[in-house]
Amino acid sequence: MSDTNQLLNQHSFVELSARQRIKALLDVGSMRELLGPFDRIKSPWLGLQGIVAQADDGVVVAKGSIAGKAVVVAAIEGDFQGGSMGEVSGAKIATALQLALEDNRAGTPRAAVLLLETGGVRLQEANLGLAAIADIHSAIVELRAYQPVIGVVAGSVGCFGGMSIAAALCSDLLVTREARVGLNGPQVIEQEAGLEEYDSRDRPFIWSFTGGQQRYTSGLADEFCHDSVEVIKDKIAHLVQSERPRFRSDQYEYFLTQLYQAGPEQATPERVRELYTNLEEQLL
Amino acid sequence: MEIIEFQFNAGQPSKHRCLVGCVGSGDLEVLMEPNASGVLSIKVTTSVDGSEARWKNLFERMFSETLYPAMKLEINDFGATPGVVRLRIEQGLEEVSDV
Repeated sequence: MSDTNQLLNQHSFVELSARQRIKALLDVGSMRELLGPFDRIKSPWLGLQGIVAQADDGVVVAKGSIAGKAVVVAAIEGDFQGGSMGEVSGAKIATALQLALEDNRAGTPRAAVLLLETGGVRLQEANLGLAAIADIHSAIVELRAYQPVIGVVAGSVGCFGGMSIAAALCSDLLVTREARVGLNGPQVIEQEAGLEEYDSRDRPFIWSFTGGQQRYTSGLADEFCHDSVEVIKDKIAHLVQSERPRFRSDQYEYFLTQLYQAGPEQATPERVRELYTNLEEQLL
Repeated sequence: MEIIEFQFNAGQPSKHRCLVGCVGSGDLEVLMEPNASGVLSIKVTTSVDGSEARWKNLFERMFSETLYPAMKLEINDFGATPGVVRLRIEQGLEEVSDV
């Protein structure tokens, strides 16, 4: 098949909305949305600040199955307020994970999939968003002891701020070439470090550090694939069935040791990969 | 941000409800639900101040000529152009009329 044909026949995951993404992942007919848009649990804070709220606050939560395995999926809509986590949207994800945890404790296995497209906390909701993100973190850590919690960063928003910590806590993280994962977004780093060190408009440079491929080759993501609904679906179906005996976040001593080796000189993508080369051995 | 409401004549209640669009830059979300027979009511929350005349013209062009099913429309707008608004509403109408 020619490249053009391949491109035309490819079903993009990145281009799908949050709700369409969940529908594409779940077994046909199994999707049941929780707290949907018609329940109208919106942000109570945006309107007060003159910002139009969305009926589902930018997060879609659904129960269903993937290749027969019971899951709960939460997807963030990156187009609404940059996928930011407010009081409501954050609580929806945290509660979805806590419900899955209850199922597992009651003896019904249920895995979780998080489709993350977010700039992090919603600044208009400040501490309420941060508190919700903390709830998400602890729920991931509790749930992953029972069942896989799969993080997916497909793009184009990426995953930043407190939610990048959530991504790092997942039992497995799947990324695409379009994805970016980082604690601070490029503009924040540029503002702090200066234009000479970090030019946020230099896209190849930004992706060379925080892009999906780099995160995968330096061992900070577990799966890397191209932007295709079918491929991503297959990978997730496999991941929700598998067990990971040790988690990346348990390896913090290794990461700290490696980080202390980094000098004050300008970092390069190669140097980052070099520092983390032995990670896979550590995880086994 | 402004909240504007409209009302038009309509036929029988729509059979389904649906959601189309997203409150993203240059886009809007439309929630359509069945309403009491004969009434089409619209509530627009828009980020664009002073746009009432534009919404009024658009809706009058759409809803005063043709009799649509009775619905409640909630529109949350983030600066969509009239063309985008019309496309989204038509997309929704198609979905609520599907069996």
